[in-house]
Amino acid sequence: MTALWLVPFELHDPPGLLPWLGHRLEPTFRVQARVLEGPLDVAACLDKRRGQYDTRALLTRLLELPEQGLILGVTSADLFLSIFTFVIGEACLGGRAAVVSTYRLHEERYGLPPDPDRMRDRLVKEAVHELGHCHGLVHCGDSRCVMHASSAAEDVDLKGYELCSTCHRSVANARGRG
Amino acid sequence: MSNDRYGILIVDDEFSVRDSLFHWFRKDGFRVGAAENAAAALQELQKEPWDVALLDIKMPGMDGMELLRRVRQVSPDTVVLMLTAHGTVETAVEALKIGAYDYLTKPIDPDELVRVVTKALQHRRLADENAQLRTKIAVLSESDELVSGSPQMKRVMDMIDSLAPTDVTVLIRGESGTGKELVARAIHARSNRRFFPHVAINCGALPESLLESELFGHERGAFTGAQHRRRGKLEQADGGTLFLDEVGSISLRTQVELLRVLETKEFARIGGQKAIRVDFRVVCATNQSLEELVAKKEMREDLYFRINVFRIDLPPLRERDGDVPLLARHFLKHFATKTDKEVTDLAPDALAALSRHSWPGNVRELKNVIERAVILAEPPVVRAKDLVAVAGVAAPAEAPEALGSLADSEKAHIARVLERCGWNISQAARVLEVDRVTLYNKIKKYGLREQ
Repeated sequence: MTALWLVPFELHDPPGLLPWLGHRLEPTFRVQARVLEGPLDVAACLDKRRGQYDTRALLTRLLELPEQGLILGVTSADLFLSIFTFVIGEACLGGRAAVVSTYRLHEERYGLPPDPDRMRDRLVKEAVHELGHCHGLVHCGDSRCVMHASSAAEDVDLKGYELCSTCHRSVANARGRG
Repeated sequence: MSNDRYGILIVDDEFSVRDSLFHWFRKDGFRVGAAENAAAALQELQKEPWDVALLDIKMPGMDGMELLRRVRQVSPDTVVLMLTAHGTVETAVEALKIGAYDYLTKPIDPDELVRVVTKALQHRRLADENAQLRTKIAVLSESDELVSGSPQMKRVMDMIDSLAPTDVTVLIRGESGTGKELVARAIHARSNRRFFPHVAINCGALPESLLESELFGHERGAFTGAQHRRRGKLEQADGGTLFLDEVGSISLRTQVELLRVLETKEFARIGGQKAIRVDFRVVCATNQSLEELVAKKEMREDLYFRINVFRIDLPPLRERDGDVPLLARHFLKHFATKTDKEVTDLAPDALAALSRHSWPGNVRELKNVIERAVILAEPPVVRAKDLVAVAGVAAPAEAPEALGSLADSEKAHIARVLERCGWNISQAARVLEVDRVTLYNKIKKYGLREQ
């Protein structure tokens, strides 16, 4: 079974979040999730002027790790992609590295009372979404599918946790070919 | 609808911008291209069609504004979005005035990008739909002109109805002016391909090299004067019907190329290598005897058999029992509406004159005669004297003229037509079959004045 490495950096969310996330991701992609111990040095990926991490640099950094299988970086820091003001996550399409941020998934960011459950819901959807890209999936037109495009937290709330049957079949086919 | 049928071209000199947008759009399932400068962008636009182009305003060499002007020329269907830094918003507004659809400010808000690109694609889809609907309306309304009550044409209409839904190749034969193109359009309008284009080409009207270029299209630089890539009629007809009029006039060389396309439904543009697949139905028309052309080795036998799968023989107007008055009244109504003239019927002497005529030019001749008659007629009816172009129907009311020079006759004839048209220059020019400038020159030459 393929390994899925969860790699924390600049992660200030409660302990236990990563093992929980790994457990949620395992059945969708039939992977064995493991959390990478020890700090990952991502200082070079920080754009000090913007106060955000560059996702393309982060993905390159994650791919330098010796671990085999899929790699998912998880952070509480804000992310950007060169020309964009921000991104919630990013992945190599058809590759093996992805990264997601909880920064814009917290209710507090929008002046609302904290809601840790909602944040976790959003995180798992975004993680499945980015790992879906790693499996070669593009954005899906079905608004209930987790691969439906979402560029804001409220968009994430509208879609489901699961892949639609078409996307599910594509992942199964990709796994079969792999 | 999936996004993979749409192409987005990103033009920016910064690698990180191209890279980010490239990956972003690929995840949306689009076909994505990237160019680092204007020259590379123009090359991409020549190579294949792009639905949306994102142009950075500030680039070394040719900037985004100049590139926008060029894109409007070489690929007017491409929807252009400008990318601008905060400091150059005024320039972006200027870009909107010269044809850009919208602009995005760097750094881009992901929400804003989704909104603007979705809107641009919607615009593109509507433009496509509009073009298709226009073709459809034109096809449907024109096919209405197949007016007939004769048993000869009833048989033709029955044939059209039964073969239209199939994909069979049809050869329409008939004298000039019998309505071969109308039959082709009627076949298309009743077929399953009716929502796709009906593309007609008159093979007899074009010299060999031009016909090839019209049919197959060409790549940029394929020959002198080929400034831009151009899609040929074969590509335009994809999904619909290709109507080859005067098919017997095609040169032997082009016949070989055409036969290959008809058999494989694959071809390359002139000067190009890439094989392009097309799917269309073929309808041909001719007023020649193709068998004679085959016997004289002026037509390939294999092409003859390829296009002569189902044949429709259109009867000449003189053999269509009772169709002359029916068609005459149909055209009368049409031209009366078009010219806003209250002409409602044909007088008995006009009907008799029309029935006596043998109509060598068939329905087209009748249509022209009625068009002119409506212009000349004094409402509410068209009389025999208005049918100026029908042989044997002279204008007896006019006083016999003394013999004079050709110029005298021309002057008198122009003066008469002008009077009858109430000095409406456009109408008189149409009756005289000259353009308005020529008519003005003649009026000046002969010193004619409105009485």
